[in-house]
Amino acid sequence: MPDGLIRRAVRAGRRLMACAAFAALGPAWGGVALPFDVVEAAPGLFVHTGRHEETSQANRGDIANVGFIVGERCVAVIDTGGSLAIGQALAAAVRRATDRPVCYVINTHMHPDHVFGNAAFAGGAARFVGAASLPEALAARAAHYEAGLAEALGDAAAGSRIVAPDLLVDDRLRLDLGGRALVLQRWPTAHTNNDLTVFDEASGTLWLGDLLFDERIPSVDGSIKGWIAVGARLREQAVSRVIPGHGRIAPPWPAALDAQSRYLQQVAASVRAALAAGKTLRETVDAANPADADGWLLADAYHRRNVTAAYAELEWE
Amino acid sequence: MRHLLQWLLACCVAGSGAVFAAPDDAEANAVWRQLRTGLFGERAIAAADADTLVLEAPARAEDAAIVPIAVRSRLDPTAARRVQTVWLIVDGNPSPVAATLHFGPASGRADVETRLRIEQYGFVRAIAELDDGSLHMATRFVKASGGCSAPAGKDPAAAAANLGRMRLKVEDMGGALRRAQLMISHPNTSGLAMDQLTRLYPKPHFVRQVTVRYRGQPVLVAEVDFSISENPSFRFLFRGDGEGELEAVVVDTEDRTFQTRVPVAARADGG
Repeated sequence: MPDGLIRRAVRAGRRLMACAAFAALGPAWGGVALPFDVVEAAPGLFVHTGRHEETSQANRGDIANVGFIVGERCVAVIDTGGSLAIGQALAAAVRRATDRPVCYVINTHMHPDHVFGNAAFAGGAARFVGAASLPEALAARAAHYEAGLAEALGDAAAGSRIVAPDLLVDDRLRLDLGGRALVLQRWPTAHTNNDLTVFDEASGTLWLGDLLFDERIPSVDGSIKGWIAVGARLREQAVSRVIPGHGRIAPPWPAALDAQSRYLQQVAASVRAALAAGKTLRETVDAANPADADGWLLADAYHRRNVTAAYAELEWE
Repeated sequence: MRHLLQWLLACCVAGSGAVFAAPDDAEANAVWRQLRTGLFGERAIAAADADTLVLEAPARAEDAAIVPIAVRSRLDPTAARRVQTVWLIVDGNPSPVAATLHFGPASGRADVETRLRIEQYGFVRAIAELDDGSLHMATRFVKASGGCSAPAGKDPAAAAANLGRMRLKVEDMGGALRRAQLMISHPNTSGLAMDQLTRLYPKPHFVRQVTVRYRGQPVLVAEVDFSISENPSFRFLFRGDGEGELEAVVVDTEDRTFQTRVPVAARADGG
């Protein structure tokens, strides 16, 4: 490993410890009041860390990492949380940090915990930005997502709604925040078919959205083969830190990615072995044990689902 | 006409905000009561015993887009009665009748595995009609899993590119019955979701009929719907005496026809 990379890894590790301490000091989440901490992970780059839980009335969908980047002219918000309430808390955090307006709301992908806060930024001057495949993906799921949120949050879901992007990224798009450029990159189908990363040139930070899960178990909602392949490309990116869609701010890089890739490869290998042995989908899923996803949080809820998705994909090999 | 009926039912249910029944009360479900009248009138429906019909479904749908499900009967052509038709119904889906499976003389036994999209918590039910005209129902309550699982295709562009690919595989089970699996690469889209940019509803595009024959004799004729998962898969039994050819013909809602066939060798034991 070159010296520069080692120094960066050490810095990332220090920052990580600082963040962990900060989170531990944060007030408990009451479900009504909205203490909403953001950490300045790099100058002008703020991140709020979501909880490793399923969406509930107590957490109001505050389960994903969201944040914003401040330029000289305006602010780009990156993901908005799992409800209007979280989006509003994020908007308030933006106002605490700067008086510059929000000009872009970027969604890294379609999942509810990343998009349902969009409504907090709608109706103003902000453009909503997403992968070119995001509008269709949201349209196909909007009713299902809204019903699911209403079930999880009850009355607290009121006002949360899908706001589709109006600025689409086919491959790559450069956004100027005034003296600070963001490079948005769309990726082939991986975690979903509408994954988008945001690279902040000023700080060398790559915001990965759910292309990287840290601590919380990855969930395959696109293509397991595609995700493994995209992971190999992400590993080659020259960055000073990454922000995952779930987990620690600036986790060790590329160790965090390697841990995710190992899990995905393990799922793919076990499913290929089951297919070779003539096992059906049902038999394969029944035999899958969440304990196989050793060390990942929420494995009970997602490991068998990942095996299901992997089977449906890999049986066509 | 059948689809129109389903659409009307789906609208009624959505409009009235019907609450789905508790797991122990399959009969009271509002969707089912309407469907029952439409499909079976006042005919009696018995609770299926384990020989007549078993419905296998997971208690929890891990991935709502791909829920493995099986209907199996132990009644074979040598029994006094045999299953002619099985209706597969998902109460909570926008189009509840997922499949109508007709079993031909070459089927040997009604035994089909497939995968369903399951829109929300609710009952899945299989109703068998025997050759004596009697009806028998098995039910299972299926919970959707947590998280962001939605019964939508994961990669529509890839699905469109691969549309029409088929696989037909035969397993020798060492007896008169053999098992086969038919896989069809097809997005099987409902057209229910509006495109928020164009404000248009995409056209539904799904597999509507699957016909399987062995040596020209019907094994399985299935009328199916978009409640069947993307890339429909059917695993079923047939009477594979001697050598012959197993053939599958699939028709979708755009009247596109896809065919595949596979030679079946005589069994090792000479049967």
